[in-house]
Amino acid sequence: MNPTLLIILVVLGILMGAMTVAALLIWLERRLLALWQDRYGPNRVGPFGLVQVVADMVKIFFKEDWVPPFADKPVFIMAPAVIMITVLMSFAVIPFAPDLFVVDLNIGLLFFLGMSSLGAYSLVLAGWASNNKYSLIGGLRASAQMIAYEVFMGLSLMGVVMLSGSFSLRAIVEAQRDMWFVVPQFLGFVIFLIAGIAETHRLPFDIPEAESEIIAGFHSEYSGLKFGMFFVGEYLGVTLISAMTVTLFFGGWLGPEFLPPWAWFLLKTFVFICLFILLRAGLPRPRYDQLMAYGWKILLPLALLNILVTGAVVLAG
Amino acid sequence: MISILRSLWLPFLHMFRKRVTIQYPDEKMVLPARWRGRIVLTRDPDGQERCVACYLCSAACPVDCIALQATEDEHGRRYPEFFRINFSRCIFCGYCEDACPTYSIQLIPDYEMAEYDRQNLVYEKEHLLVDGTGKHHDYNFYRIAGLSIGGKDKGKAEREDPPVDVKALMP
Repeated sequence: MNPTLLIILVVLGILMGAMTVAALLIWLERRLLALWQDRYGPNRVGPFGLVQVVADMVKIFFKEDWVPPFADKPVFIMAPAVIMITVLMSFAVIPFAPDLFVVDLNIGLLFFLGMSSLGAYSLVLAGWASNNKYSLIGGLRASAQMIAYEVFMGLSLMGVVMLSGSFSLRAIVEAQRDMWFVVPQFLGFVIFLIAGIAETHRLPFDIPEAESEIIAGFHSEYSGLKFGMFFVGEYLGVTLISAMTVTLFFGGWLGPEFLPPWAWFLLKTFVFICLFILLRAGLPRPRYDQLMAYGWKILLPLALLNILVTGAVVLAG
Repeated sequence: MISILRSLWLPFLHMFRKRVTIQYPDEKMVLPARWRGRIVLTRDPDGQERCVACYLCSAACPVDCIALQATEDEHGRRYPEFFRINFSRCIFCGYCEDACPTYSIQLIPDYEMAEYDRQNLVYEKEHLLVDGTGKHHDYNFYRIAGLSIGGKDKGKAEREDPPVDVKALMP
């Protein structure tokens, strides 16, 4: 087949797949949260409540998409687009199977880190453009939290880079054939997971959008499809961090022969998505200063220690 | 850190427990007989309505949702000419049931009373009167009270002594 056509098909396939997963996450999150809270989630609308996704999407589409007159219009409209673009771009470098990826950048990991840094812009711009004190507070807290946790997100991955010798995600997966990197790099895995949860501002790090505190934080002025884009962008971020954790620490598509590689990838990503939802079900939200102190005073030194020890071991042996 | 992992493990275990939701309307909750639901007017074991239109229930009602008018039939037995309860006001407290001397007005465990039009929530006597005796099966007020009405003279009630002629005790 024409290689350009193949690439376009793969791109469209991954795009549609990512959007489908984000839409299904609406249903999955509600059902799993309910499962862990001794109740049923939506179970009326279709078989097992699956048509609830359609009902939610119809609701979001038909809501009044109002731009406040006191808001900064171009920035206000652009902010949700920024997060969708950065998260979807990051999906381009992830290897779903040995031959199923959009592009194999030799700096794929760096690209992912750069895109997540750009994603912080959308929160800041949304909080600023809303021209509303609570959105501003939410945006400020979001930017401080995301910048803080991004620092050691990158540092915690340096151990993986040292062990595999490359920034390319395909090479990292290939280097895990003998042993998944979660075993030698357990500390790096824990730090990356915590930093990833903070990047997608999910519970317990969801101060920016704390539902019961500052109403909806940086997206309180958003309604209709723009809010829908933030919402879907958050679920896409969850999927992205799960996929990255699986690729970097749990062997990507590697697994015994009885399932095809992409099935192993999907299965492992699914487990991590469920872990994200379990975190939401089980943990309370820390206070903002406790959150920042935890980041700067505990996780950053641990990430640096991880690099030190890994570097020493790699150099020595 | 251990406490965080414990906070995750315990909700995870909830996955293996039964869910506490009652799937209304497929399953309904089992209600005790004293549950204060819809108000009904009950009848005697003999089939006549128990209400004597004493106005005690409307006086006891905290939100004044009961309206009635007393009248007498040809045998001297009091009954309500109309009896109206406005269920959009009723708070289902049960004070009317406690105040009633004849066990006429009772609250039964029925709550499915939703209406589309607010006027349909005002129940008249024909909507409230039921054919049964409600929660108290044997009580007939007029058999016990000392009032003389058509069919029962003074002294003929249960456990009532016959009337004494006070003028006959004169020395």
